[in-house]
Amino acid sequence: MTAVAARPGLVDLCALDRLVPDLGVAALVGDEQVAVFRLADGSVHAVGNLDPYSGAAVMSRGITGSRGEVPTIASPVYKQVFSLVDGQCLDAVGMDPRPGRGPDLPVYGVRVDHGRVLLDPRPVR
Amino acid sequence: MTEHVVVVGGGMVAHRFVEALRARDTARAFTVTVLAEEDRAPYDRVALSAFFSGTAPDDLALGDPTLWSDGSVDLRLGSAVTALDRGSRTVTTAGGEVVGYDHLVLATGSYAWVPPLPGADLPGVFVYRTVQDVVALRDWVHARAAELDRPVRGAVVGGGLLGLEAAGALHGLGAHTTVVEFAPRLMALQVDEGGGATLRRIVEGLGVTVRTGAASEAVEAGPDGRVGGLRLTGDDAALPVDVVVVATGVRPRDELAAPAGLATGQRGGVLVDDHCRTADERVWAVGEVANIQGRCLGLVAPGYSMAEIVADRLLGGEATFPGADLSTKLKLLGVDVASFGDAFGQAPGALEIVHSDPVAGTYKKLVLSDDARVLLGGILVGDASGYAALRPMVGAELGSDPALWLLPEDAGARPRTELPDAAQVCSCNGVSAGEVRASVAEGCHDLPAVKACTRAGTSCGSCVPLVRKLMAVSLAEAGLAVSSAMCEHFAMARAELFNAVMVSGLRRWSEIVGRFGTGRGCDICKPAVASVLASLYDEHVLAEDRAALQDTNDRVMANLQKDGTYSVVPRVPGGEILPDQLLLIGQVAKDFGLYTKITGGQRIDLFGARLEQLPAIWQRLVDGGMESGHAYGKALRTVKSCVGSSWCRYGVQDSVGLAVMLELRYRGLRSPHKIKLGVSGCARECAEARGKDVGLIATENGWNVHVGGNGGFTPRHAELLVEDVDTETAVRVVDRYLMYYVRTADRLQRTAVWQADHEGGLERIREIVVDDVLGLGADLDAQMARHVESYEDEWAAVLRDPERLAQFASFVNAPDTPDPTLAYVEERGQRRPATDAERAAGPVLIASTTLEVRS
Ligand code: SRM
Ligand SMILES: Cc1cc2nc3c(=O)[nH]c(=O)nc-3n(C[C@H](O)[C@H](O)[C@H](O)COP(=O)(O)OP(=O)(O)OC[C@H]3O[C@@H](n4cnc5c(N)ncnc54)[C@H](O)[C@@H]3O)c2cc1C
Ligand code: SF4
Ligand code: FES
Repeated sequence: MTAVAARPGLVDLCALDRLVPDLGVAALVGDEQVAVFRLADGSVHAVGNLDPYSGAAVMSRGITGSRGEVPTIASPVYKQVFSLVDGQCLDAVGMDPRPGRGPDLPVYGVRVDHGRVLLDPRPVR
Repeated sequence: MTEHVVVVGGGMVAHRFVEALRARDTARAFTVTVLAEEDRAPYDRVALSAFFSGTAPDDLALGDPTLWSDGSVDLRLGSAVTALDRGSRTVTTAGGEVVGYDHLVLATGSYAWVPPLPGADLPGVFVYRTVQDVVALRDWVHARAAELDRPVRGAVVGGGLLGLEAAGALHGLGAHTTVVEFAPRLMALQVDEGGGATLRRIVEGLGVTVRTGAASEAVEAGPDGRVGGLRLTGDDAALPVDVVVVATGVRPRDELAAPAGLATGQRGGVLVDDHCRTADERVWAVGEVANIQGRCLGLVAPGYSMAEIVADRLLGGEATFPGADLSTKLKLLGVDVASFGDAFGQAPGALEIVHSDPVAGTYKKLVLSDDARVLLGGILVGDASGYAALRPMVGAELGSDPALWLLPEDAGARPRTELPDAAQVCSCNGVSAGEVRASVAEGCHDLPAVKACTRAGTSCGSCVPLVRKLMAVSLAEAGLAVSSAMCEHFAMARAELFNAVMVSGLRRWSEIVGRFGTGRGCDICKPAVASVLASLYDEHVLAEDRAALQDTNDRVMANLQKDGTYSVVPRVPGGEILPDQLLLIGQVAKDFGLYTKITGGQRIDLFGARLEQLPAIWQRLVDGGMESGHAYGKALRTVKSCVGSSWCRYGVQDSVGLAVMLELRYRGLRSPHKIKLGVSGCARECAEARGKDVGLIATENGWNVHVGGNGGFTPRHAELLVEDVDTETAVRVVDRYLMYYVRTADRLQRTAVWQADHEGGLERIREIVVDDVLGLGADLDAQMARHVESYEDEWAAVLRDPERLAQFASFVNAPDTPDPTLAYVEERGQRRPATDAERAAGPVLIASTTLEVRS
């Protein structure tokens, strides 16, 4: 574990076993909150935990699913649906994001190494 | 080559123009510079008054802020344009900047007009147009209130739309408010005498003084040189006031036009043709500053059409101004006022039907053609619920008895009439009934598709019910079933899914979606499957793989609040509670710093618990003998009771006893929607049982059982199912009714709608659950017996299970660290989430691990 954690730039969040399929968790990385999901197909995704439509830090508590082929996460507050792949808001259910926020979620690079979940804390987009 | 568009003014219409141009100019042929005098990005002026009910100015910002960071849009705040030179195609700003353009769009709006009133320049006189105006007004009233140590007295000059908005603001700030109107009635432009009288009664009822037919002569200074009084013509003494708001109308800000040689109208406004173009083909004017078809229009919707037209024309389109619809629907001081079409009956031979109800405080008038068939316009005061349906009917026949349209909406008597294709259904986006129908014909077969392809219903949303109805009718006419598919993953309705799952015996999500659905599911079908499994197998909501199917409320067994914390509601069966349990609830609330409130369901809600605190809170409650109240579940909520024969001198049966028994019997029962019961001890009905899904009312001989009632958005009274039955029979009938509902109702369908939609209605349901004509009775009884037997408290079960408890960590890598974004302020001795403005303004109480609030 120390070997991987020492890799520059990546943050070791937890053991992969700690992630129950389709049940998100939140992680605190510096001041940022990240929502991490392990899907039933084994893939692991990380997006911002802050819901741009309610302003609450709750995305990890949403329901995972799909729109067409795209794996998704729905906000538990007002049910906007976001792509887990690129963070794009796929259904805003007619609402605008909170002032000062864009409609989409930031996406983080995440991978699994020696059974640990490692996150790149700089958002991809 | 890109061309450069310069927009003068950064108001509502400028915003819509930039948004429309950016959306359609996919080839990026244009760059845009917006020169805006105000120092904030375009905001919702229509909602300006929301500032006084706590909306922060920043929350009024329009649209997606990324519009302004799009590389091809340059929004320059605090840049007033002072000159226009059409020869060199440049504008000059107050700061001396010269900006060249290929196309110029004037969107400078209006200013608040102040009549030549002596004293109108005294400190304490305000207008009502910009964020700056309302901030200054609020600060003044607050400061004066503090200095004077008594309620501030305020006057509003002008009793039109703006005047009433301003009066609402003053009233809301705690000022004793008088509205002074020159005309004989309020809102003279929108409503007639009858409407004005009703409006006046309602406004006065709120404590605002109204003076109509009164001319303001001068504002008088007090001894300190600030506003002290308002003199009205003919009055002996001036009205003593500490603040005056002048709301006497607006005038277009057309001052750039004349010096640049552009024509203006007689009463102001930059003259444009039906394409919003001035005589100079490179200069356009839109919004309130434009004088189109002979006048300036003071509403935002026609301004939005103009913005769309110019965007379209720049891109080579042919859009033309369709003429303005001056219909308005407003909520002023909480009073609905709507006026549409030929509201004053000016067409030759026009007839009027009027329905005025002084007790209910409503006034409704329809204007009809001389043969009383075609709707020409109308006025609605006090109850404008008919507006959405009536406004598009202007120009169409209303059917045989137009007066039915004036009845309250829920009277159910409103005739069904076909809307003509040309009728506008969505006024925000200018979508007609014909366009909605055409979209259905072109293959949009559900609401999201219709919304996406027509844009109807995507702004304020008030037309959505009408759009849905039009869509359903078109689908039915085309022989298409209105899809009962739950979502893209399941092509069946909940009742079919229930049967499929029951018959197949499948218990896991992956098997169920694999067999009956497609994809990975979503936030609609996953909780529906979880609910079906819960009803069928009486297992824990988090059993097997079910946690990931549940909505957050069921997943953590608490109710999600707006800031991401949860509320906790222990069960209080029948509303009967031991003093020690009250003390326990109080102690838990104090120890965890939870906001505490009595609910509308005879129990106590504790708000502001963080995810990671829930187990500790519940440990205390469970140790004290309390259990989950399922306030979060689509399940039995409460059985409300009145005190009944045990104490009440009129009670004929023990209503509390029965309520407690029923609540313990049905607690935890998962269902298509929430279920509420009520039990009253006599016909006086203090438990409001007929407002519940099941209501039992005591008689001399037993109980009357009523079913299918609810409060909420569309209140219904429950209907009588059986009469004068003994307790045992009553319980059996209720068992079967509920279980039959659980099996056959649609997702999120409450009993009232299920009952009304059931083939044969309540009659048929009675045959099934009382007379057992289908022979289902024993089966339903057995299923209920299983439920009652297998009940266990969900929270107690979770507290025994370390694996499930691990799911309550705040962060996977910092399990006890509170969410750092939470912030609170104290109000009336308890805490509540801080608003954006409060967070911005300064120190707020940030949540700590245990947070104590003292008053
Ligand atoms: C807490 C409470 C308000 C209060 O402080 O009094 C409340 C709070 C909420 N109600 Fe309610 N309702 C509360 C009593 C009521 C009542 C009154 C009653 O039960 O006698 C009604 C009208 C009666 C009825 O249901 O027929 C009521 C009709 C609704 C409705 C409309 C249902 C309908 O059929 O139209 C909703 C929306 C829904 O369920 O889809 C709703 C939804 C909600 C939600 C769940 C909205 C949400 O999703 O956040 C609120 C949850 C807040 C929370 O976290 O607790 N609430 N709600 C009341 C809790 C009662 C309890 O002890 O469990
Ligand atoms: C309290 C209130 C309630 C209202 N309620 C309703 C309602 O319920 N329904 C409805 O339809 N309408 C309502 N209106 C009217 C609605 O707000 C206007 O119709 C709409 O804002 C007009 O948009 P606009 O862009 O033309 O003008 P504005 O929104 O006024 O924008 C014009 C902008 O241009 C700026 N400007 C002016 N001159 C210059 C210059 N030379 N250089 C740079 N910038 C300049 C101004 O500062 C202003 O920011 C209400 C208005 C108010 C004040
Ligand atoms: S009425 Fe609305 S705001 Fe009040 S508790 Fe119910 S859902 Fe919430
Ligand atoms: S009328 Fe506002 S969205 Fe249709």
